[in-house]
Amino acid sequence: MTALLAVDGVGKRFRGLLAVDNVSFRVAQGAIFAVIGPNGAGKTTLFNIIAGTFAPDRGSIAFAGERIDGLAPDEICRRGIGRTFQLVRPFPGLSVEDNVLIGAMLRRHDPTAARRRAHEVLLRLDLFGKRHQPASALTLPDRKRLEVARALATDPKLLLLDEVMAGLRPAETDRMVSVLTELNRGSGLTILLIEHVMRAVMALAGRVLVLHHGAAIAEGPPEAVVREPAVVQSYLGAEAVE
Amino acid sequence: MIGRLFDEVPRRGLVLLAGLLVVLLAAPWIANDYLLTVLIIVLYFAYTGQAWNVMMGFAGQLSLGHAIYVGLGGYAAAALYVHFGIGPWLGLAAAIAIAMACGAIIGFLAFRFGVGGVYFAILTIAFAEFARIGFDHFRWVGASSGFFLPVANYTRNDLWNLRGNPTMFYYVMLALTIAAFALCHVLLKSRVGYYWQAIREDEVAARSLGIDTFRYKMYAVVLSAGMTAVAGVFFAFYYNNLFPEQVFHISRSIELILGPIIGGIGTLFGPLIGAFLLTGLSEAMQELLTALGFDAPGAKQVFYGLCLLAVVMALPGGVWPWLAAKLGVNGRRS
Repeated sequence: MTALLAVDGVGKRFRGLLAVDNVSFRVAQGAIFAVIGPNGAGKTTLFNIIAGTFAPDRGSIAFAGERIDGLAPDEICRRGIGRTFQLVRPFPGLSVEDNVLIGAMLRRHDPTAARRRAHEVLLRLDLFGKRHQPASALTLPDRKRLEVARALATDPKLLLLDEVMAGLRPAETDRMVSVLTELNRGSGLTILLIEHVMRAVMALAGRVLVLHHGAAIAEGPPEAVVREPAVVQSYLGAEAVE
Repeated sequence: MIGRLFDEVPRRGLVLLAGLLVVLLAAPWIANDYLLTVLIIVLYFAYTGQAWNVMMGFAGQLSLGHAIYVGLGGYAAAALYVHFGIGPWLGLAAAIAIAMACGAIIGFLAFRFGVGGVYFAILTIAFAEFARIGFDHFRWVGASSGFFLPVANYTRNDLWNLRGNPTMFYYVMLALTIAAFALCHVLLKSRVGYYWQAIREDEVAARSLGIDTFRYKMYAVVLSAGMTAVAGVFFAFYYNNLFPEQVFHISRSIELILGPIIGGIGTLFGPLIGAFLLTGLSEAMQELLTALGFDAPGAKQVFYGLCLLAVVMALPGGVWPWLAAKLGVNGRRS
């Protein structure tokens, strides 16, 4: 398998704070890759650098063999990277369907074709029955699903998920895990997720990267990573492993 | 295409729309001269409100200086007519081009350098003020003493030169209003319309879905400017005089946006309803005051203020969303 996303020596400093420090990793085509770490470890900053919200101070990012670091967020989306936001950002005044429709319009200029694609995605994310509601009326779990649906409608090759499980009940988490697994297996979608819910990480990810104070302290299959002493000490706490 | 235009309008809404159209088409036979001039003003505000709504209601970019596009359009066409004898329909093309260029400059400066929200609104006011002061000293078009189109008694309507009686102007304005309404309807259902709404709702999220927000905001400003300039040409040929202090004044810009705000920002019917309510009620009140023997200058402005206050407090979304729900014409045909 070739690397779809290659992050090489990426660093980002906010004034005195080194948010991301020389991080490198590769996400293989068709993989599910998780980035974990305690709060403030730099996960979301790393994510925002990949998605184009920030340009890195140093290092490079290649997607499908082309440099993408420093490109604008919309350009990165057009290259084939979809993203969700940790603090959800639906279009509140628009219907659930129109939210997803706008995503689908990226690759389908004809509104009818885009609407068809939006319906497919809504069905997949269990939002079809709520498609006429305004997005502002949805509950948090539904909004999280809407974030995923909207990003998915842009037909990404790589989906960046920023804590989509946070705030979900265990049953909803399992449902989301199975949806993501289906997408990954069924359509070969590559997924990079930031996640705190270890239950979801263990179930989904083939590989895990652990960040601490902006630096990568471990990388590997989840079962191996959670046993590394540095990871246990900095993030999980000793009781998590037992 | 025409069929799809009405896809999501409930049948009841179509009947009401057809009824309204018939009334508006028949108005010159029913209304007296005074009422007809009021209706011309109503349609003028319905049209300019629709044009402003493209920028604010659809794309979420607040312009408080739309008088600049009315003024540039009016002056461009009037100057071509007076100085070179170029008719208003050709002048219209020049007027639209100039206003669009001006909109593009304002949009480029704002959007390229990340000026948004309140600061963008202030920039639009600043440009309108530059234009007002500039035209005050622009001798070629009469500077502060005004610019006048030749007025004569026309025995017949000359549509080609926009010279004629109020009935002709009424139909011209009605045609413009209908065209703007249809254009906005089509735009809202198209990709550009959805992209504008996405930008209005959340620009960061819009960018994350691949939308080139700079480009789409520019489209909104340029289109809105061009549409507004058309009203300016009408204004010049209808009133036959242009004064910088009046045309470019900020109160003109405010007047123009009250209709859509009261009617319902971002809705198709809002500008229309708002124009009818504001102009209709204020004229009625003026008549009433005159009949009662009160002389109250400024009453119109106080009335506008009260209307705005009432709508903001009782119907924050504007009159149309509330009215549509009452009439049962919102939502989709199932």
